[in-house]
Amino acid sequence: MSETVVTEPGGPSPRPTGVEGFVGDWSSDQRAFKNVPWGKAMMWIFLVSDTFIFSIFLLSYMTVRSSTTVAWPHPSEVFALSFGGEPIPLILIAIMTFILITSSGTMVLAVNYGYRKDRFRTAVLLLATAAFGAAFVGMQAFEWTKLIVEEGVRPWTNPMGAAQFGSTFFMITGFHGFHVSIGVLFLIILARKVWRGDYDRGQRGFFTSRKGNYEIIETMGLYWHFVDLVWVFIFAFFYLW
Amino acid sequence: MAETDTHVEGQQHPLGIYFKIWAWLFVLSTCSYMVDYLHVQGYLRWTLIIIFMLAKAGLIVAVFMHMMWERLALLYAILTPPVLVLIFTALMSSESGYTFVTRTIFFATAS
Repeated sequence: MSETVVTEPGGPSPRPTGVEGFVGDWSSDQRAFKNVPWGKAMMWIFLVSDTFIFSIFLLSYMTVRSSTTVAWPHPSEVFALSFGGEPIPLILIAIMTFILITSSGTMVLAVNYGYRKDRFRTAVLLLATAAFGAAFVGMQAFEWTKLIVEEGVRPWTNPMGAAQFGSTFFMITGFHGFHVSIGVLFLIILARKVWRGDYDRGQRGFFTSRKGNYEIIETMGLYWHFVDLVWVFIFAFFYLW
Repeated sequence: MAETDTHVEGQQHPLGIYFKIWAWLFVLSTCSYMVDYLHVQGYLRWTLIIIFMLAKAGLIVAVFMHMMWERLALLYAILTPPVLVLIFTALMSSESGYTFVTRTIFFATAS
């Protein structure tokens, strides 16, 4: 907490922290989120609403899976992949998980270098994050193709067991993959802007900010980490359960 | 710039903590994959999955999304509403149990 309270000599006294600060912030005038830029606050609120969307997807999945009388397919076997030898269970999903975590790491570094105003490193790290994200979507496309073409899984039926497996799988991973794709798109847009130095010059335009202000990278980072966060839950509940 | 005194530097922290958390996320992901790979079954499996999942989610939100450095006003506003999902989960869990029972009673021959 101490990092966020900046005191200046002769300036106002620092805001209280802890519960006292919480009550003070919420009962104060003008704004409740004192040291948070509005873009970041709005991103957090969007992420809360997105949390509910994914929660409802996973809840419906839980409901149909525990109410069906037909055997549920074993994700461990359905998503196994063999590289010439014995099929390794869930290996593609594990690789996708590691790719997404790696991209989260490059994203957090991009945020950090953005605040240091290191334009070159920020742009490169944003592009690296986008590349990992694109790799993730590519592997998901491969997974879908394999399931649809080779295994014959459809949203309304599948040869392995309960029909609800297909509908929940395509719905949940599809919506998550859509989030990743949109994230990749915006990462590329932001990388281009950082590379050109839009944020140093305070250039006017779409998704720009005040001069020398790189907080949009952190807002982008929040979205990207959220996508990784959702995957943690999908991985646990859909693939491992 | 009215906010100069509050957030001019934004969320800036030493790189070391990010690398540490990054490594932990890899370790935890490997652990949750091993749960499946080693065929751990039953309650132990579900417990381990939940533990690793919550640990990963917690690290991502706290450090990567900087929640541990935010003021409590934001932290409570963002993190408390999703907790209510647990109530919905309990409702749907009981509802699906009821559906399952009625299906086994009335469609026993069909399946």
